[in-house]
Amino acid sequence: MSNLQSMQALSAADVAGKLASTGYISDESLATVTWLALRMGRPLLLEGEPGTGKTSLAEALAEALDLPLVRLQCYEGIDATQALYDWDFPRQILHLRALEAVGGGSGATAVEEAEKSLYDARFLLARPVLRALQASPAVLLVDEVDRADDEFEAFLLEVLSTYQVSIPELGTIRATTPPLVVLTSNRTRELHDALKRRCLYHWIDHPGLEREVEILHSRAPDVAEHLARQVVGIVQQLRMRDDLLKPPGVAETLDWAHALHLLGTAELDLEAAARTLGALVKYREDTDRVQQALDRMLAT
Amino acid sequence: MTATVHPPEEILLGFARALRSSGVQVTPDRAQSYVDAVALVGLDDQRATYWAGRATLCSTPDDLHRYDQVFGAWFNQRGGLPRARVSEQPPARAAALVDADDGDDSGDVDQDPAGASAVEVLRHRDVADLTAAEKRRLGALFAALRVRVPMRSVARQEPWRRGSVDASRTLRLSLQQMGEPATIAWRRRRCRARRLVLLLDVSGSMSEYADALLRLAHRISTDPGIGQVEVFTLGTRLTRVTRAMHLRDPERAIVAAANTVPDWSGGTRLGETLRRFLDRWGARGLARGAVVVVMSDGWERGDPALLAEQMARLHRLAHAVVWVNPHRGKTGYEPLQRGVVAALPHVDHFLAGHSLATFAELLEVIGDA
Repeated sequence: MSNLQSMQALSAADVAGKLASTGYISDESLATVTWLALRMGRPLLLEGEPGTGKTSLAEALAEALDLPLVRLQCYEGIDATQALYDWDFPRQILHLRALEAVGGGSGATAVEEAEKSLYDARFLLARPVLRALQASPAVLLVDEVDRADDEFEAFLLEVLSTYQVSIPELGTIRATTPPLVVLTSNRTRELHDALKRRCLYHWIDHPGLEREVEILHSRAPDVAEHLARQVVGIVQQLRMRDDLLKPPGVAETLDWAHALHLLGTAELDLEAAARTLGALVKYREDTDRVQQALDRMLAT
Repeated sequence: MTATVHPPEEILLGFARALRSSGVQVTPDRAQSYVDAVALVGLDDQRATYWAGRATLCSTPDDLHRYDQVFGAWFNQRGGLPRARVSEQPPARAAALVDADDGDDSGDVDQDPAGASAVEVLRHRDVADLTAAEKRRLGALFAALRVRVPMRSVARQEPWRRGSVDASRTLRLSLQQMGEPATIAWRRRRCRARRLVLLLDVSGSMSEYADALLRLAHRISTDPGIGQVEVFTLGTRLTRVTRAMHLRDPERAIVAAANTVPDWSGGTRLGETLRRFLDRWGARGLARGAVVVVMSDGWERGDPALLAEQMARLHRLAHAVVWVNPHRGKTGYEPLQRGVVAALPHVDHFLAGHSLATFAELLEVIGDA
C-alpha cells in the first residue's frame, strides 16, 4: 500500500504520473506545488476560477495515495461543533435513563461513575476535522473556505498548525501523521494572511488546448477524438471572449462533451450544439451570445 | 564568469526582498519557507525554483504578475548574480487627494474658531466649493458621523426568551434535573452585519468629491460595529482599496489609497469597470446579499447599454443598490447623464452626496437597508 511516507520518496514528475493514473491531468506547476506540500507537510491552498479542478485534485490525491478522503464543506456560520466534534445529547440522556432503570448504586462514587460514563468516546460525534485526525494519514479537503466566517479561519489555523484537538472531557487527540490538507477558495473574500502564510498557495488557471483534450480523454474516454477536439476548440475560443458572465470551466467542457456523446453526435453541428447548450453556459445572456458565436464558428 | 560566488541563501533572500519592495507582502516566515522549498526542489532546477517561489511567496492572483517580473529581473543569465537593483515603482501621485495644506499658514485655526453654527453651515456646504482650511475642518467632522450597521438574520440560532423551542438545550437542562423536563429553552435566529460594498468613482468629473468620499469610506470601514466592508475605486480601471481603508489614521489611509489607485481623475468607463468588478469579485459572492453603494455622477464615456446591463446584474446579486450622486442635491438637477439614465431602473435608492448632511442621510439609508 502506498501512503504518505512512500510518497515522499517520489519526485514531482512521479506525483503527476500518480495523479494521471486516477484520471487527473496536472501540469508541471501543480505537480511541483503538490509535491512540495507533501514534502513540507504544509496545507495546500488552491484558488482559481470555478470548474478548474480544485476540489477534484483532493479527490485524485486521496485516490492516488490510497488514503481516505475527509471532506469539510464550509458555509456561513459553520463552527467548531460542525467541524470538530459534538456530544450526542439524546444518547447521553438515554444512557442516563438506562442507568436509572438498572438502578445503579447510590453514593458519591456511583454518581461520579455515571457522570464519567456520560463523556465516553462512544457519545462523541466526530466531525470532519477530528475524523481526519483520527483516520490520519488521510487527505482533508476543506472546501470553499472563503464561505466560512473569519472566526472559523482562526480556529482552522489552530488545528492546521498543531494537528491536534483537545476535548476538555476526553483529552487531546493528536494525529500520528499529519493529514495532507487541501483548502480551496473561490475568492469571495480575502483570506486572513495568517492562514495563507501556513499554506502553499497555487492559482489554478484554465488548461491549454492540448491539456484540456487530454483531460477530456481521461475523464470521458467514450468521447471520440474528433468530437473532443471540436468541443475543446470551441470552449477555448469562448473563454477568450470577455463578454461572458461565466466563461465555461473544465467541468462544463466535460458536461458538454458528455451530453453530445449521449445524443450520439459524431460531428458537432449547430443543431446538436443548440440542444446541449444548457450543459455549457448557465446564464440566459450568455446563451444568446454563445449561440451567435457558434453560428460563426460552425458555419465554416 | 565572475569570480564572486554568492551563497544560495543570499540570492534567494535577496530575491524575496526585491519581491517585497515591488509590493508583494513577503514576511520573514514566508521567505524562510521559500528557502526550505527551494532546498527541496534543488536550486539547479530553475523551473521548479520558480514554482516553489510562486507557491510560498505569493498569496493573491495580483501577486503573480509582480512575481513573474521580479523573477525575470533577478534570476537572469548571469549565474544567479543580480542585475542592477530592481527599480521600485515611482509612487503614484497622491497630491490630488492631500489638500494643498502648505498654501495656508497654521494661523487660520485661531482666526476662525469653529462655532456651533459654523459647523452647522459646514455640514450643508457642498464639499466641492470648500477652501483647503474648511476641508480640513470638515475632515474632523467625519468622526462624528453615526454609522448604522445593516443587519440580516442567518441560519444559526441563539438562545432567546421566546421564539422556537431549542430541543437540545431543553434536553440538557432536563439532564441537570435528573431527566425531568422542567424548563423549556427557546431560541431565535441570530443577526449579523450585512456585507457592505462601496464603489467610488474617481474619474475626472468626480475629482472634487473623491477626497470626501474616501473619507466617508474610511469612516465606515473603521467603525467598530461594522461587518465586512469592501471598497473599490472605479475609473478607467477597477482598484481594490480595502486594505488601505483599514489604516487607523484617515490621512494615512487616504494617501495609501491614492498610492494604489493608478487612474485618478482619468476618464470613466463605468459599465466596463463595473463588469470587471462583477466578474472578478461581485459574482463570486462579494456582492451577493450585500448592500452596494455606487458613488458616481454617472458620466459615462462608454456604452450606456453595457452599464444598464451590468447594473441589472448587480441588482440581481445585491440585497440593495444605492446610487449616490453628488450633483443630485443641486437645485435644478435632473438625472440626464446617459449613465444615470441607464442605471436608475436598477437602483433601490438614489441619493445626493455632496455635503456632510447628505452623507449622514446616506448612512441612515445604509443602516435601514
